[in-house]
Amino acid sequence: MRLFLGRALMVLLAGALMATGALAQSQWPTPPATPTPTDQISGPLSGGTADHTKFEILKQTFATGSDVTRACLSCHTETGQHFRQNIHWTWEYKNPVTGQQLGKKHLVNNFCTNARGNEGMCAQCHAGYGWKDEGFDFNDESKIDCLVCHDRTGSYYKTPNSAGSPACSVMFEGKPPMDLSQIAQSVSLPERANCGTCHFNGGGGDNVKHGDLSSALKNPPRSLDVHMGVDGLNFACTACHITNKHLWAGSRYQIAAKDQEGTGLPGQRRDVATCESCHGLTPHHVDSIASFKRNDHASSLACQTCHIPEYARGGVATMTHWDWRTAGKTRNGEGYHEHGYTQGNGEHRYTYKSIKGDFIYAENLVPLYRWFDGQMNYTTIDTKFDVNQQPIAINDFTGNREDRRSRIWPFKPMYTWLPADVGNGTLVYTHLWGEDDSSYWGNYDMGKAIAFGMKKAGLPYSGQYGFVETVSYWPITHMVAPKEQALNCESCHSVGGRLDGLKGLYLPGRDHHPWLDLIGIIAVLGTLAVILGHALIRTLASLRGQRGQH
Amino acid sequence: MAIRHVKIFSLFERFWHWAQMALIMVLLFSGFGLHGFHHLISFETAVTLHTLAALFLLLLWAFGTFWLFTTRSWRHFIPTLSGMWQVFHFYSLGIFKGEHHPYRKAYWRKHNPLQALAYLMLKIVLFPLIWITGLIYLFYFVWRDLPHASDWLTGLAYVHTGAAYAILVFVLVHVYMLTTGHSFKEHLMPMVNGFDDVDLTPEEEAYLLKDEPENIR
Repeated sequence: MRLFLGRALMVLLAGALMATGALAQSQWPTPPATPTPTDQISGPLSGGTADHTKFEILKQTFATGSDVTRACLSCHTETGQHFRQNIHWTWEYKNPVTGQQLGKKHLVNNFCTNARGNEGMCAQCHAGYGWKDEGFDFNDESKIDCLVCHDRTGSYYKTPNSAGSPACSVMFEGKPPMDLSQIAQSVSLPERANCGTCHFNGGGGDNVKHGDLSSALKNPPRSLDVHMGVDGLNFACTACHITNKHLWAGSRYQIAAKDQEGTGLPGQRRDVATCESCHGLTPHHVDSIASFKRNDHASSLACQTCHIPEYARGGVATMTHWDWRTAGKTRNGEGYHEHGYTQGNGEHRYTYKSIKGDFIYAENLVPLYRWFDGQMNYTTIDTKFDVNQQPIAINDFTGNREDRRSRIWPFKPMYTWLPADVGNGTLVYTHLWGEDDSSYWGNYDMGKAIAFGMKKAGLPYSGQYGFVETVSYWPITHMVAPKEQALNCESCHSVGGRLDGLKGLYLPGRDHHPWLDLIGIIAVLGTLAVILGHALIRTLASLRGQRGQH
Repeated sequence: MAIRHVKIFSLFERFWHWAQMALIMVLLFSGFGLHGFHHLISFETAVTLHTLAALFLLLLWAFGTFWLFTTRSWRHFIPTLSGMWQVFHFYSLGIFKGEHHPYRKAYWRKHNPLQALAYLMLKIVLFPLIWITGLIYLFYFVWRDLPHASDWLTGLAYVHTGAAYAILVFVLVHVYMLTTGHSFKEHLMPMVNGFDDVDLTPEEEAYLLKDEPENIR
């Protein structure tokens, strides 16, 4: 009976996944949040003390999202002040160690390049309303978008903040109207689909960027993610990315590669989203020598290394290579796209787009493993690099066995031929989105788009653009598999295993001293040969002796 | 002097020998599995077997060492050159001519000089080499944060592996030696029932017959 129920659930789930998948594609790039029947677990914040359908202020017709925000802030009086501190609003992060100015507001990534100057399009994923240029007022709390995270109807969506080229804006036409009153009354703690609206679609599509964050996590089976599985713990993102005054634990810009504190005392540790903050520093229950050894391994291995055997699982592919060099081809003067990859859940992915170039997709990927100390160093817009030293690392990191903060982490490497200023040896801000005749998306003139983008940002540009091969590294941390699917010892403790070539450690099963083994084998075989020779001579001698006696 | 069938290996000594044999077999098998020479058992199983067998062997050795010193049996292993040449000559030449083994077991010298030296070297060189490196290796989690811990571990692992090859060589020679001289069975039985032919002095014979008649046949 349980088996039958389980299968029925799987079929239902598969159906639901396909349905949401189809929805996601048809309404790309900002698919609405999909309602889930039961509440997800949001960590300590659960239950709730208010029913938003009973608030008089929400029983009105709202003309704009900002009107809803004003209503929200009339009760949640301090939230605006809190919210303005967080990265979803500022899109800025100054690394306290390196001093680098990071955040979407500044960085160039090797997917859609830069948000800077393209806010009209990219700031759809800004948790605010109307950021389309430098004139956006970050002190105006009414511009905060509460609903994108807190909507529970699944009907809320956003469109670009500026029109863009007609060639692109056509994608966002014909959306159904939203009932903001109903949406405002539905608000609750964010669920996976809320966060996923943006975080599953980073890089311009489902799972394009991270590899471990895809729409498959909206309603994942336990086998895809043991924490988020709807047939398991059903965690919302905030169960781990715990929140305090609208600041979230867990940062890609500053990563705790090795948590030395563990769970902390009750009520503490609201600052990290590490595995150890729940599972402790000795996460494996010690009931065998093997589990004892596994706990030892936590000193050198990130939990993710063994517990995420592959990324881009669950039927949604991730992008591994992007080639901007081929962008700009047109048919009859118009941009086009080509399907070329069918992913596990049956959906087709574009492998060429005139506005972006060629892509390679892949799924169920074995990560790259490297020592990592948690410190990412970025090639920012003002970083000079040697054009002859390619690939250029968009973000690079260090780490080694001797460093106590380092552990071996899994990464998704992303390789992209990216437009760059080859004269000055810098990255560029490309003007992709705009209504003018310089925006790349619609006009397909890269030189013009770069010149425009750099001028707009007030940055030096040699006028000589080209393409450089770049690589970026994405730490893999989601899609934690159930423990029975974790890697076994041989995955690394073998010749040609996953840690082949990784330096700084002695790995039994992988590492041998060739001379020692050679001498050892010669000694053993030599002994056997001497024994056989000895025995042979003895036998012959005794035979001769017997003949002599007769 | 009379050759008598005397119990020279006590029950504990025989248990020690055979338990040690079994544990060393498990250690060699699992150890070379961990080293990657075979994949007949999983790495996890090999680690478990190797660690458990090593800990049991250390316990056994603790008892064995205590036994050696409390029963004064350690004296069997005092190295001596007396008779060494004859034994060496026998294995390299005499054995092919059908000569008899030159050594007669004495009550307080149950091993021939070559044998005693070999066992002594095993006890004070090879075994310590492997168990000391093995224990330090096992406790890597305690000292892993010392500078260059990984390099030290590499060195330890090489010594440990080298000692393992040497012990395998010992095992091969040791087993082969059973076939020399008398029959394989005759060499084996003393370690099974404890009795072997021993050249007794009249005093020893008289003592055994009177005080320990169950130990002499």
